[in-house]
Amino acid sequence: MLGKTPWNDEQARSLIDARRGEHGAMLPILHDLQERFGYIDSAAIPLIAEALNVSKAETIGVVSFYHDFRPEPADGAVLKLCRAESCQALGCEDLVAHLAGAHGLEVDGHARGPLSVETVYCLGHCALSPAALLDGEPMGRLDRARLDEIVAGAKRRPQ
Amino acid sequence: MIAKVFVPGDSSALAVGAGATARAIADEARARGAEIEIVRTGSRGLFWLEPMIEVETASGRVAYGPVAASEAGSLFAAGFLAGGAHAKSLGLVDQIPYLEGQQRLVFTRCGVTDPLSLEDYRRNGGLQGLQRAISLGARATIEEVLASGLRGRGGAGFPTGIKWRTVAGVEADQKYIVCNADEGDSGTFADRMLMEGDPFLLIEGMAIAGLAVGATRGYVYIRSEYPHAFRTFGAAIVKARNGGVLGADVLGSGRAFDIEARLGAGAYICGEETSLLESLEGKRGQVRAKPPLPAIKGLFGKPTVINNVLSFASTPWILAQGGKAYAEYGLGRSRGTQPFQLAGNVKRGGLVELAFGATIRRLVEDFGGGTRSGRPIRAVQVGGPLGAYFPDSLLDTPLDYEAMLATRGMLGHGGIVVFDDSVDMARQARFAFAFCAKESCGKCTPCRIGSTRGVETVDKIIAGRDRPGNLALLRDLCETLTDGSLCALGGLTPLPVLSALDNFGEDFARPVPRVAAE
Repeated sequence: MLGKTPWNDEQARSLIDARRGEHGAMLPILHDLQERFGYIDSAAIPLIAEALNVSKAETIGVVSFYHDFRPEPADGAVLKLCRAESCQALGCEDLVAHLAGAHGLEVDGHARGPLSVETVYCLGHCALSPAALLDGEPMGRLDRARLDEIVAGAKRRPQ
Repeated sequence: MIAKVFVPGDSSALAVGAGATARAIADEARARGAEIEIVRTGSRGLFWLEPMIEVETASGRVAYGPVAASEAGSLFAAGFLAGGAHAKSLGLVDQIPYLEGQQRLVFTRCGVTDPLSLEDYRRNGGLQGLQRAISLGARATIEEVLASGLRGRGGAGFPTGIKWRTVAGVEADQKYIVCNADEGDSGTFADRMLMEGDPFLLIEGMAIAGLAVGATRGYVYIRSEYPHAFRTFGAAIVKARNGGVLGADVLGSGRAFDIEARLGAGAYICGEETSLLESLEGKRGQVRAKPPLPAIKGLFGKPTVINNVLSFASTPWILAQGGKAYAEYGLGRSRGTQPFQLAGNVKRGGLVELAFGATIRRLVEDFGGGTRSGRPIRAVQVGGPLGAYFPDSLLDTPLDYEAMLATRGMLGHGGIVVFDDSVDMARQARFAFAFCAKESCGKCTPCRIGSTRGVETVDKIIAGRDRPGNLALLRDLCETLTDGSLCALGGLTPLPVLSALDNFGEDFARPVPRVAAE
């Protein structure tokens, strides 16, 4: 589950400093920041650029290249729903339609509300498709009823 | 005597409730005053039976599955600790036909041992390959790998021994071993299972490579979609270090080798080896032009062996039993075994390790038992999102590198995804382009632009606009992608598209559905 600590320059600096000597430290630093704060704040860019002796443009280039790094934190739970071939073969697109139709949840829409749903391509649970990760917890053999429970569970959770 | 109960901690097993099952068994044992030890293992790879639990009995391990948490009480009542009969009894594990029919050389311990117990690993044949490699020396180690005929299991099928020999022959102050664990192909999960279920095997294989080529540092690049594998593998590295398998003096050889696990960040393209190296260096995962080959100029510009998880994991067996023994499995230029992965709309999905040469039909029908939906099989995609779709008439194609190429497909990482007759193959062709567009690194034009043009062209065909013209354009576009792309993403995207078109042409000629104007 992603961190919910509000952005804090000092904490960010110490996370960056802890890694700056490593070879190819960029991705490990970005993962550490996202784990702590739940996203990569734009204030992180100059800090990383300075620590790793690269340009800000280069840093932004890396952050934006990878699907994982979020520009803003998610309000609530995050469901990563697999939409690759194996899950297609067992109806993941029907689940996408169900989320929209029954719950008004747009996949890859804004990260507001108790549950945001994101597309992911393959979680390695292909023998138990359709699969998803709910805040890092794996789920297999998903169906509409199970999705309804997940949505209800996320709504019950204190924000 | 304390009874031993084995419950998988594999993340796919957890995805269908293995965690709750383990807790329920522990609670029930406590309530009944039964003394048991629960060992969390990897998975045997019989996923339709997960959570599948096992108990040790005098005649061997007995399995039950799938066991829901609510069934813990009835298992105790049935005397399962002594192998008692129960509605979910599967009998002796080793006699389950799905397992008995396999030829497991790589996946021998997965689901059997505690993945993080180095003692368990040693007791079950672990580290024999590395010991022998140390006593043979570097040159003879590479000779064994060459003799085995092992080819890269990531998809490209390049001979592993030749790669190692090249790196060994280059002088450098630093060399690297890099493991590609960015298993992004849909329908594949063998790397994940292995890192979660038998991580020391990968560590042993990488150490063999390190000693053989003179590299002291290794990196494993694990995709972020595999958080459990990343955690387990990280813990295994620490144990291996403490146990003297990694570090300054590998198993008392006087040689140094250590490994670091790195987490990917959701980019499919980073499964391409040069893009993976860029990512490890902290850059955008953009493909490099080759040459220079990574074997000459790889990670941080140094000579680098980069292999897939399964390639490294095959080498301990090869060193322990000899390259010649390994080469006795398989046929033609495809030697040894391949862990195939059965997925999608299939009744019995799971891991099937077999010598090369079994047919697709044997996998999906004999092992897989047909579709999960019970409808007829219409298409089988082999080799991930860049692999071809096979119709029923081609299911007798043997699964080996050359036969797959001859049918204009590819083996890839051994993933097999089954679709029933509800599939619309024009939609699947569209998806192949859409996926390429989303995951393209953007470096070369055919892939970056061609993928989006491909989506648009398939859309026009589906919508019934100038079908002959657009079909011709589609083939022309595929030729451009095949011949003009820098790497396999753009270069192989035409495989699923053209196989859909050639084998399921009727799906591109369907009457246009009546929909409201856009």
